[in-house]
Amino acid sequence: MIVAIVSWTVVAGLLITSAGLLLYRDWRWGLALLVGQYAGVFWLVLQHWPLGMAAAKLVGGWMAAASLGITLLNLPQQADPVEKYWTQGRAFRLFMVGMAALLAAAAAPSIEAMLPGTGIPVAMGGILLTAMGLLQLGMTTQVLRVILGLLTALSGFEILYAAMEGSSLVAGLLVVVNLGLGLVGAYLLIVASAEKTE
Amino acid sequence: MSAPVIWIFIPIIVGSASLLISRERVAAIVGGGTALILTGAALIVPIDEALGFGSFSLKVASSFQILGRNLTLESSEMPLLAILFGAAAVWFIGAESAGVARRLTPFGLIITGLLVGSIAVQPFLYAALLIELSVLAAVPLLLPSDQIPSRGVIRFLIYQTLGMPFILIAGWLSTGVEASPGDLALTVQSATMLGVGFAFLLAIFPTYSWIPLLMEDSSPYVVGFLLWLLPTATSILGMSFLDRYEWLRTSVQVIAALRVAGLVMVVSGGIWTAFQHHMGRLMAFAAVTETGFILLSLSLDSVTGLPIVFLLLIPRGLALAVWALSLSIIDSKKKSLRFPAVHGMARTYPLAAAGMILSALSMAGFPLLAGFPPRLALWSNLAQQSLSAGFWLLIGFLGLATGAIRMLAVLVTADEKTAWASEESWAQRGMLGIGIIGFLIFGLFPQIANPILDKLPLMFQHLGH
Repeated sequence: MIVAIVSWTVVAGLLITSAGLLLYRDWRWGLALLVGQYAGVFWLVLQHWPLGMAAAKLVGGWMAAASLGITLLNLPQQADPVEKYWTQGRAFRLFMVGMAALLAAAAAPSIEAMLPGTGIPVAMGGILLTAMGLLQLGMTTQVLRVILGLLTALSGFEILYAAMEGSSLVAGLLVVVNLGLGLVGAYLLIVASAEKTE
Repeated sequence: MSAPVIWIFIPIIVGSASLLISRERVAAIVGGGTALILTGAALIVPIDEALGFGSFSLKVASSFQILGRNLTLESSEMPLLAILFGAAAVWFIGAESAGVARRLTPFGLIITGLLVGSIAVQPFLYAALLIELSVLAAVPLLLPSDQIPSRGVIRFLIYQTLGMPFILIAGWLSTGVEASPGDLALTVQSATMLGVGFAFLLAIFPTYSWIPLLMEDSSPYVVGFLLWLLPTATSILGMSFLDRYEWLRTSVQVIAALRVAGLVMVVSGGIWTAFQHHMGRLMAFAAVTETGFILLSLSLDSVTGLPIVFLLLIPRGLALAVWALSLSIIDSKKKSLRFPAVHGMARTYPLAAAGMILSALSMAGFPLLAGFPPRLALWSNLAQQSLSAGFWLLIGFLGLATGAIRMLAVLVTADEKTAWASEESWAQRGMLGIGIIGFLIFGLFPQIANPILDKLPLMFQHLGH
């Protein structure tokens, strides 16, 4: 019972973090939300994987966020966005967040039926993050946003895939993929910033 | 010592170490030398058999265990490794002439090692993860530190990354379909996931928009290398799926989907090729049609289709390498690869111009060139099964040929007063000359590759038997 309550709370938290990622423009908020999001992912993955494997996912995600954060901290000041919020289309973004949440709520029982034992909160969390990540990818071409979108979409997939596959090799490779995305994001940010400085 | 250590970990380690190399020539020699040694090893080292050296004996095991799973390279996979590393050696050696050896050698070796890993990993569907890692390694290869991230790179990263989850889920669902073949809903879900996953990974219409964008913004040689290597590894993953799951192999709908996707790729790629005004984009769309040819070959029955897939392998690599090198040579001298900027270049860069034209004609299936035998085999087999499919394939060929003829016209139309000269370096002339001779050799004597190509279908248990 307590596990279920915590899981539903985590899903609500994931809705807040992923919606925040979509709405906030300040990269500091974005990375803080990403760190919180990985904590939620850790809890949902823990429902199917042992603590060690789930913790690897948490640490991998946090390391990806850290690599992005350290890079952004060291970039010249002008690379920082001035506005804290997206100034245009906020209502539209909120509407899309609502649609994604609705989709997750509607599809979760089908996923649970297809994958018995997954648990509705796990299915919902997975679909929600995947949808929000794809939404993010569809709305921007900015490097940081794209990387955050990919990490979010992959997190959603990983929650669902943890219910299907318990291989250590897969867990390890997925951590490397997350970390790799963080490092590629950091590289792209540095390259983009160098161009702006010139 | 095990085969995965030799053909997966050694290239990754050498590639990582060669990041420290600062000279183009040294990088090309290290990359080319490593790949050539691995090619030779793939041809002569027996797997799971003792190899005697006087009183010593060495046995190369086929498997290597990692985190409870196996990386396995059987002796049946050695011909493919020989082709992959042999072609990679050509790319690495040619990289010096294109001026990208310091980037291509390290990342190219790492990517090749990871993609060999994708062939070796058991269960095979984990290959999607290794392909994704190679995509991540390709980003710094595509984007030097002095260049702004282009839309093409971002789109490449997004599309290739999105392919991985679909393939992994499809693999899991496919096992379910195998267990309960009557479950139609599960079959549809699995096939859809698989289709979407491969659409992203193989850049099937409409997800190939990143290819022309990359050709405009990145080094043509580097993009050419990726356009050769990534679809090859992904095609092998696709064939592994067909080989592993009988329901996929025998499904009429899957075969029809492969044929439609292949025709759309060939026709759209061919038509776009005919109307391009940029040399790089022209090559990009020609490369798109190459993927279409692979899909069309797979849509034939496996006994005839699989050998055609492998027959396409060498001409495709040769055409992309020669075209990419020629483009790089011209790109380094001109600010743009648009038609007005390269008018009459055949007068000053005759070998580079000849390389581009012959590559384009080979891809269009021009007789006597390397691309002709596999295309003829594909066309005749396809037409026997469906005349309308054969007609659409012809449209694709005509589009490619039109693009090649337009390119020829642009390159040779020069002011009469322009004197003929060859401004390519000796190394560039040598590489292009070998490539051009290669087109003729593989066009006139396609059977010379048979000793290796004939063994490739043995990689699969069911396909091709």
